[in-house]
Amino acid sequence: MAIPRFWREIQSRYNLIGTKCGSCGKVDFPPRAVCPTCGRRSVGKMERLHLKGKGAVVTYTVIHDAPAQFEMQKPYVMAIIQMDEGVRLTSQLIDVKPENVKIGMKVQATFRKLGQEGEAGVIHYGYKFRPTA
Amino acid sequence: MKAGIVSYGGYIPRYRIRPKDIGVVWGADGEAMGRGLNIRAKSVPGPDEDVITISVEAARACMAKVDIDPTEIGAIYVGSESHPYAVKPTATIVAEAIGSAPVLTAADFEFACKAGTAAMQTTMGLTLSKMMKYGLAIGSDTSQGAPGDALEYSASAGGAALLIGTDRSVADISHTVSYTTDTPDFWRREGQRYPSHGGRFTGEPAYFKHVVNCAQLLFKRAGTTAEDYDYAVFHQPNGKFPVRAAKQLGFKEPQIDAGLCVRDIGNTYSGAIMVGLCAILDEAEAGDRIFAVGYGSGAGSDGFDLTVTDEISKIRRDATPSIKEMIADQVFVDYATYAKYRGKILMREA
Repeated sequence: MAIPRFWREIQSRYNLIGTKCGSCGKVDFPPRAVCPTCGRRSVGKMERLHLKGKGAVVTYTVIHDAPAQFEMQKPYVMAIIQMDEGVRLTSQLIDVKPENVKIGMKVQATFRKLGQEGEAGVIHYGYKFRPTA
Repeated sequence: MKAGIVSYGGYIPRYRIRPKDIGVVWGADGEAMGRGLNIRAKSVPGPDEDVITISVEAARACMAKVDIDPTEIGAIYVGSESHPYAVKPTATIVAEAIGSAPVLTAADFEFACKAGTAAMQTTMGLTLSKMMKYGLAIGSDTSQGAPGDALEYSASAGGAALLIGTDRSVADISHTVSYTTDTPDFWRREGQRYPSHGGRFTGEPAYFKHVVNCAQLLFKRAGTTAEDYDYAVFHQPNGKFPVRAAKQLGFKEPQIDAGLCVRDIGNTYSGAIMVGLCAILDEAEAGDRIFAVGYGSGAGSDGFDLTVTDEISKIRRDATPSIKEMIADQVFVDYATYAKYRGKILMREA
């Protein structure tokens, strides 16, 4: 991944920053410049929203055949999470065995290493989710 | 006016390995090694954890206990000997991740195991001089011992963050003193993956000389003796050294028990004394006095005389798991899994 592309997303990856439409109230993550529902009416009204990091598992899958960078972590869980603010996002689920994941399980955001550009390259960090303590 | 700890937070990874399971790989009696070191298990970072993620988790746990705007933090210093980057600060990533950036100063510190306490003293100076309202001092490590080396039985992972300021302090730091000499007991040269050490030389002329001298200077400065303190915490490279040093200084076992986390999680290096201090703050009450002396190879000791204030009942100590709860939340792994998680297995380039 190009350095500027990830750098641009630091705010949302580190701190779950999304947007809320000032016109209809819809929450988007990652952030949007224009609301897909309100279009032109939302211009200038998109507010920055810090998601609190709490949500529940909507559905999930267990990865057994992983990309090279994730060989050390397989089998691991990828889940679609419904955040308390209403928006959904996809994330790795950690600190839980695949057989113990349940739909509806309460989860919270944590800060982890997402990957790196080889041994000499930039390291990417951001959110992953774990079961709520 | 005094500087003090305004809030605190620690983080310990969940994975653990027992000395017995390390010894079996190297044909050594790991159980005896564990007994000798007074270590039951050591923490192991997950494959997606490093000093940056541990520092961020500790800093977030620290900020979750108080209603302080993170933009009021004027400095973030992260002490570690295992920063993921040789060039590119850990502190800037922590600053972004807790919402303190961009109007602050940030840097990484290195002084073997006492870089975190050096950060505490630096932020004390910056807040006492009114250059800023708060400073965040972090000590965090994912230390490694060479495979088969004695260090492998203790080198672990963890960290703690202390918010330092002069306002609303939960533990006033009444005195701080340091004792520093050029003593080559432990080091890692540039480009080397694992550290080297002087074996028995790390004991008397290094750890004990610095810790005991620093502690005695601190007693003198504060006009106290061991009996005046409710708690004492020392750098804990193993479970034996701090117990012996404490005894030499006149402390009794109940005073050092709460902060002696090394027995269950190993040596978290820059995190060690600060995690111990967090464990004490988890249970301390207003009026309690704490004696803390860290140690970093190379070598030096930083000592702190702290008094817990009434503010301790006003912060949300239960907003995040206590150090005791994090120690209890453990998943044991075997040596193969440990080797995999610590990157000791040579993989094809991704």
